[in-house]
Amino acid sequence: MKILVGYKRVVDYNVRITVKPDGSGVATEGVKLSANPFDDIALEEALRLREKGVATEVVVVGIGPADLQAHLRNGLAMGANRAIHVVAPDAVQPLTAARVFLKLVEKEQPQLVIVGKQAIDDDCNQTGQMLAALWNRPQATFASKVEVADGKARVTREVDAGLETLEVDLPAVITTDLRLNEPRFIKLPDIMKAKSKPIETVEFASLGVEPGDHLRITRYAPPPKRQKGVMVKDVAELVAALKAKGLL
Amino acid sequence: MSERETMEYDVVTVGAGPAGLAFAIRLKQLKQDVRVCVIEKASTIGAHILSGAVIEPQPLDALLPGWRDHPPPICVPAAEDEFWWLTRTGGFRLPTPPQMKNHGNFIVSLGALCAWLAPQAEALGVEIYPGFAAADLLYDDQGAVCGVRIGDMGVAKNGSHKPGYTQGIDIKAPLTVLAEGARGHLTKRLVAKYRLDAESDPQTYSIGIKELWQVPAGRVKPGKIVHSVGWPADSRTYGGSFLYHLDKDRVALGYVSGLDYTDPLYQPYEAFQQWKHHPHVKPLLEGGEILSAGARAIVTGGWQSLPKVEMPGALLIGDGAGLLNVPKIKGTHQAIRSAMLAAEHIAEKSTAAGWDARLRASPAMEELRRVRNIKPGFKKGVYFGMLNAAWETITDGFSPWTWRNKADYGTLEKLGRYEQPKRDYVERTLPPRDRLAGVYFAATQHDEDQPIHLRVADTQVCVTRCAEEYGNPCTRFCPAGVYEMVEDEAGKRLQINAANCVHCKTCDIKDPYEVITWVTPEGGSGPNYQNL
Repeated sequence: MKILVGYKRVVDYNVRITVKPDGSGVATEGVKLSANPFDDIALEEALRLREKGVATEVVVVGIGPADLQAHLRNGLAMGANRAIHVVAPDAVQPLTAARVFLKLVEKEQPQLVIVGKQAIDDDCNQTGQMLAALWNRPQATFASKVEVADGKARVTREVDAGLETLEVDLPAVITTDLRLNEPRFIKLPDIMKAKSKPIETVEFASLGVEPGDHLRITRYAPPPKRQKGVMVKDVAELVAALKAKGLL
Repeated sequence: MSERETMEYDVVTVGAGPAGLAFAIRLKQLKQDVRVCVIEKASTIGAHILSGAVIEPQPLDALLPGWRDHPPPICVPAAEDEFWWLTRTGGFRLPTPPQMKNHGNFIVSLGALCAWLAPQAEALGVEIYPGFAAADLLYDDQGAVCGVRIGDMGVAKNGSHKPGYTQGIDIKAPLTVLAEGARGHLTKRLVAKYRLDAESDPQTYSIGIKELWQVPAGRVKPGKIVHSVGWPADSRTYGGSFLYHLDKDRVALGYVSGLDYTDPLYQPYEAFQQWKHHPHVKPLLEGGEILSAGARAIVTGGWQSLPKVEMPGALLIGDGAGLLNVPKIKGTHQAIRSAMLAAEHIAEKSTAAGWDARLRASPAMEELRRVRNIKPGFKKGVYFGMLNAAWETITDGFSPWTWRNKADYGTLEKLGRYEQPKRDYVERTLPPRDRLAGVYFAATQHDEDQPIHLRVADTQVCVTRCAEEYGNPCTRFCPAGVYEMVEDEAGKRLQINAANCVHCKTCDIKDPYEVITWVTPEGGSGPNYQNL
């Protein structure tokens, strides 16, 4: 069984995000980029399924510019068997990504596609669902536990009321939640080994995918700054101040 | 437990700063078939590097001819130089000392410069591994250094192994190059083990605290370089500021305090924040925002403090050796120069032996010899220091004497036994409000559930002797608020907020009882500086 894993590169979660002064985007010059944490969890789950003998091959997929190769090498160092790099000038929006994945699914014929439930840059939470719809296969989103047996996946998901367990026929799409697992540390010798693992490059244009980037971003703005607080002497003053602001 | 994994190289380099990377690049240029790797504790190259930084480009010209055609992302040619004596409300301009004239130099971000150097090294076949901390040294049967041990990952605070525990590997090599920067934790152990400082003065340091600001359009003059002495430092404390105008409405600014300060109540971080409120500086910053901030110890001992830089199986280069030029306030050119020379030495001789003599005969050391008396002169106060600096500059270091250096941990006065300098401080309005707010801009990150990487050999002394004699200076010199004295049911005790640490090494240097030892936390932990 083959597993396809979506492996997006984003601004690292430790980095303090700043908006460019002209509001045209988020500053990325000199900023650390790393794997979307949910995608790291997706890859870890795929690797664990392979270690259990359920899967035989794990393929990581990234969409982006030429320098994405170093990022995919990290996925290979973590343990993926090979990588597919869809070369596009920039990151793409969810519908385009889902269409790209569908093309790769048709070619690779995986039994399982695991992606992060969302990327921490745009927080869209759409690609997995869109892919399932386009592929016309079941989806199990926000997985916190995954068991695969007899052509089915039992997936536990965290919902407001507690835990919900789904059973889906394979092939299927699973999107991962934070508590599914804790990704492993990469070992130095594995980085060496990853250098000889294959990365297949596919030009975006050659896939024949109709771009679905229909959202146009007009402006980025940082959240409003917190106003400086006021010290009050006593309750009476507090009440008066709240009344003056029309809050009481 | 399974056998520890091992990788073998011809040369292992600790630290991917300008020295480590320049060394690897030069060695590969000279000897294509040498297998060399560079280990870096930061999660990404440049994330732990902090410098002003104005650099002299000549060593870079020698290392990478043609670099000017594809310069690093932040690289602004130096324009005008200004040097000021500040008072609380004003100040006057001093003639710029010759060492501080920057015509032909460049203002860079050293972090961005290293991130730009790394792929060039990789293109030559150097293997660079960020996110891995060289936690320990390996020795062979003869007692020679034979590589480094990478720190384990996934160890809990109590020492037990967490589910993801991954044992660090051993990297073995006939030659280990220490390029850790100021107060490297492995270098410190080697200096002690091989008594490398037996014939030199103790090393001395300063602490530099820096912020990168985005300010409203129209205020920045790209290339302008301003240094100051005087306020907010008192006349007995060595302190000075830098302010560099970058492009895109950004300014890099910082404040350097000599760690030979004597007042145990001195707070380097507060001095920096005070200086930002000087009438010359505040209007530039008001309404702007901080992009990134951090702190780092600077090596200042110079010529007389340079330890022996070779030992069996290993050698020291760059700031890790102590090659920074204090009057120029520059170390990058010395780092690259010494690294290239070391690479040439290794390419010819394939052994560390002879490196010490070669470095001492080099122009890098001659540069340090000429200015050797300038920084120590400031121990007698800033006025004497300035006059002495002028004398040493005019005579080009030909004074027949050499001032001695003293270790920084021993310079503090005891509480109540000295006259505390009057601190002429102002009320602050610019961010950050305090050190914790400042640490936020360093984006420092450590897994809380790991052994504390600031090892305090004796915490009893903190509540007894230190509290009484010095009033726990660690709670004041740490720029990240790592050390706190707390009082609870169990009584007074030292609390170490290790997760805040920005890896500046000040505590390892300045703690008066030498009980604090800085060791590497899990690889990849620590600050995430952007363009510092």
